[in-house]
Amino acid sequence: MLLDRHIGFVEALRAAGLTVSLAEDIDAARALGHVALDDRETVRAVYAATLCKREGHRPGFDALFDLWFPALVGDGRMGAGIAAGATEGYELATKEGDNELAQEMRDDGPQSLEDFRTELGAALESDDRQRMAELAIFGVGQFGALPGQGPGRSTWSSYTAMKRIRPEDLAFRIMQGLEGQGFGEEEARAVATRRIGTFVGLAEADANRRIAQEKGVEQIQEIVVRPTLDRLDFLSMRRADVEELRRQIYPLARRLATRLTQEHHARRRGPLDFRRTVRASIATGGVPLETHHKPKRPHKTELVVLCDVSGSVANFASFTLLLVFALREQFGKVRAFTFVDDVTEVTDQFVPGGDLVDIMTGLVEQSAHTARFGRTNYGRAFTRFLEKYPDALGPKTSFLVLGDARSNYSDLKLDALKTIVEGTRKQWWLNPEVRRNWDTGDSVATRYNDVVPMVECRNLTQLSEFVHDIL
Amino acid sequence: MSTNAWFQSPDDAAKRLDAVGYLTDIPTATTAYLTGALEKPLLLEGPAGVGKTELAKAVARATGAELIRLQCYEGLDEARALYEWNYKKQLLRIQATDTSQDWEQTHDDIFTDEFLLTRPLLTAIRRSEPTVLLIDEVDKTDVEVEGLLLEILSDFQVTIPELGTVSAVRKPFVILTSNASRELSEAVKRRCLYLHLDYPESKREKEIVLSQVPGVSDRLAGQLVDTIGRLRDLELKKSPSIAESVDWARTLVALQIGKLDDAAITRTLGVVLKHRSDQERAVRELKLGR
Repeated sequence: MLLDRHIGFVEALRAAGLTVSLAEDIDAARALGHVALDDRETVRAVYAATLCKREGHRPGFDALFDLWFPALVGDGRMGAGIAAGATEGYELATKEGDNELAQEMRDDGPQSLEDFRTELGAALESDDRQRMAELAIFGVGQFGALPGQGPGRSTWSSYTAMKRIRPEDLAFRIMQGLEGQGFGEEEARAVATRRIGTFVGLAEADANRRIAQEKGVEQIQEIVVRPTLDRLDFLSMRRADVEELRRQIYPLARRLATRLTQEHHARRRGPLDFRRTVRASIATGGVPLETHHKPKRPHKTELVVLCDVSGSVANFASFTLLLVFALREQFGKVRAFTFVDDVTEVTDQFVPGGDLVDIMTGLVEQSAHTARFGRTNYGRAFTRFLEKYPDALGPKTSFLVLGDARSNYSDLKLDALKTIVEGTRKQWWLNPEVRRNWDTGDSVATRYNDVVPMVECRNLTQLSEFVHDIL
Repeated sequence: MSTNAWFQSPDDAAKRLDAVGYLTDIPTATTAYLTGALEKPLLLEGPAGVGKTELAKAVARATGAELIRLQCYEGLDEARALYEWNYKKQLLRIQATDTSQDWEQTHDDIFTDEFLLTRPLLTAIRRSEPTVLLIDEVDKTDVEVEGLLLEILSDFQVTIPELGTVSAVRKPFVILTSNASRELSEAVKRRCLYLHLDYPESKREKEIVLSQVPGVSDRLAGQLVDTIGRLRDLELKKSPSIAESVDWARTLVALQIGKLDDAAITRTLGVVLKHRSDQERAVRELKLGR
């Protein structure tokens, strides 16, 4: 029984993209034999230590663990005693037919909803995680049940529950409490939003748990686990993902820079420095045990970046720009331009050591000058670029275009692009769209591809590979 | 249990680490216990200053073992990590022998223990007393060194061509730390247990501050940890670490500041935030009138 669960769990992890080798599988099983199995967090720690060896995989791991080893089954003992707070004994056993019982006893009228919201408000205000988790379980059970086919086959929806509970209305109350504690208004709003987000997340997890119990874990695990951040498409990002990604810029840039210096150092050995080698050999009686070499001169690229900042591509463009500027020491010189249908230079926004949020705000403000008619026009952007900034191009510069090559059926101005290509040393085009979508609709990817080699760059992994390769 | 049991149970690990001043949570205690029980190396990852190196030291203190540390850096090679022949001494030995002795004899003479300089890794596995081996910042090394580590991490042995294979007399408690500036190879990760250390919850951090800094009042520690928590929520280049919270508490005690108000924060912000833009952002967001 336990072994089946174990194997099922390992297979689920593999399906979710974690590389779990047989050796690690056995390690985990052996490790489980060393601990007492009555504490769920210990079991989680054991599995995490033996199976999940990348921090990026941790959210997926946790989601699957919660599905395969749920904290409780059914409604638990939560059903009745919420107001009294009689929720001790968290590790509750299932009771057969609990669901039907709950259905009969269900009290989801307006009065109980009001009580629930009061409880939730108090929990959110004091940031009591334990209580929030309990309330999430109760809330989904009580207000999120959807009638299913046949008796006892009901299903749950956190969406329905949240529609009724409306936790976001509690934000004001939490903010008031926080402001009483000396938080500024904006900060209080941020904290309140985050707490509510936590609660909604808990509720979603609980709905998943209930569905998994009803229909089997296999049914649901695919939708629960999202791709890790570095594999997420730039074009399908949510707001939270974008923020999380921005936090990753400096660590990512640092990682790339370290990797680059290491590789440069590995290739650093220049020609033999005869004088130093002979001098060093005197210490070992004239035997040259170690050779010394002259250092190589590093080559630094000068980069000109031209970004499409319209609509959905904007995220991708600004993120790539930030990354390029975070790596500025690796380049000789970087200049950045943004365009929609007119071009403007934004290099001065990237102050060395500048604050990330300020840069983003400045970038948005400056980019407002780029839209005349508000429709992306690549041809026009290239012509205007040549007119306004001919000094940006030179035989040493590399030229990088960021955009999806969707030009609203306008004139492509391939000659302008060709002129740019002739004036520069190297050129690339990064396209955030999946390759199979190129040339669909108003995309002119292939036609531009003939002039400037185009690379698909959909996620963080591809982007960092690209940046690494051009350096 | 056998003699090499480092900790008896996760609870035992938590208690004994607590006793030497390292406060753990469930994952840390459980993983530390497993490392001893399964005799597998432990890979610790996490941002700078969350107590990765400190954990290794604490394990050594708690179990009365000796700590052997290999600090990794770029360009580290096996001569620095594993062992090296003492060339100069060998040369002297060859020059000192009279010509009557044949080469075979000399050859055997100069490749003996006497001419071997043991470096941390070899030292650690040749010791018969309990040993904690700390391989610090393993991500700073070149990829080749990882290959070198593999033999030690999986079998606890080192092969020296002239002497044969040296196996561990007693398996050490191995801890590797990494800031994840580079992704380690699958082969290394597979052989290790993994633990990601992160910034602690405010409650645990407060306990850490209280236990590390004598003379800090409960109220001040609470205020400090709250402020640190708020700073970590901002989009900063470098979020303050636990080590920096502790430093901050020490600073406040040294300056005899009993209450962390705006003026106090502004005066001492340099202890926790070390980028100019981070400081400016903090002043703006926390509404410190400067």
